[in-house]
Amino acid sequence: MTTQNERTVPTTTANPNETTNPRTAEKVTAVPPRVDIVEDETGITLWADLPGVSKEALEVKIEGETLTIEGNVTLSTPEGLEPLYAEVRAPRFARQFTLSRELDPEGIEARLQDGVLQLRIPKRTHAQPRRITVQVG
Amino acid sequence: MMSLLRFPAHVFEEFERLQRDLEQTLAGWPLSLREASGVPLFPAVNVGRTNDAIFVYAFVPGVDPNALDITLEQGVLTIAGERGPWQPKEKETIYAQERFSGKFKRTLTLPEDVDPDQVDAKYRDGVLTIRIGRKAHLMPRRIAVQ
Repeated sequence: MTTQNERTVPTTTANPNETTNPRTAEKVTAVPPRVDIVEDETGITLWADLPGVSKEALEVKIEGETLTIEGNVTLSTPEGLEPLYAEVRAPRFARQFTLSRELDPEGIEARLQDGVLQLRIPKRTHAQPRRITVQVG
Repeated sequence: MMSLLRFPAHVFEEFERLQRDLEQTLAGWPLSLREASGVPLFPAVNVGRTNDAIFVYAFVPGVDPNALDITLEQGVLTIAGERGPWQPKEKETIYAQERFSGKFKRTLTLPEDVDPDQVDAKYRDGVLTIRIGRKAHLMPRRIAVQ
């Protein structure tokens, strides 16, 4: 039912074989990423801090009115590393948002750079304010 | 390969116990300004070691690695920088503003055997990885039994 609507944002689409991470199969602790969200006249912009998440390990999807951001954290750890101290203890980020109706999920754009995801979700055209030019004549 | 992100359960229990003890000790004391604001330390760090090096992972997304100021002085590692303060434009409504912005500085005291001449740092996907070599003569040596 939901799979029909499931859609991965094109820029973050990864080869399904690559995303088969053993960690996703298990129930692992996830923390919600910190976000900034602003709305302007034409849409909503969301920034999420996802340090350690590569493009291949990121999944942004929309199911119905729910936007889900998920990503696995990978660190390049050498052989035989012994942990001494850790503030980041969850190997996964996950957070969901509800999209209001005036937003257009088809027009969503995603960009991941240096561990920050930027999502732009435009408003449907009819929900955008229209500027009416006054003709002088 | 061992992941720094996963620790045996007893490590967490120990950490929680320490945290409880600390909270009890500090009960009644005013919070620091930073704690009071609910802002966690930025960047968060994980630290690990191998036989020949200390590895510091700083979770510092969205910064220009060239603008990071990393120093190692007398065993104290400092990571400083700035993440662009965020200027809302006109006609924008802010719904969430959880991400850190502004100047940051974190200092970590490293084990005594670090070698300041062997430091290298890499930045990838918002994680700064700093490798600091350990002095060879202080490394544990296996003694063969004759």
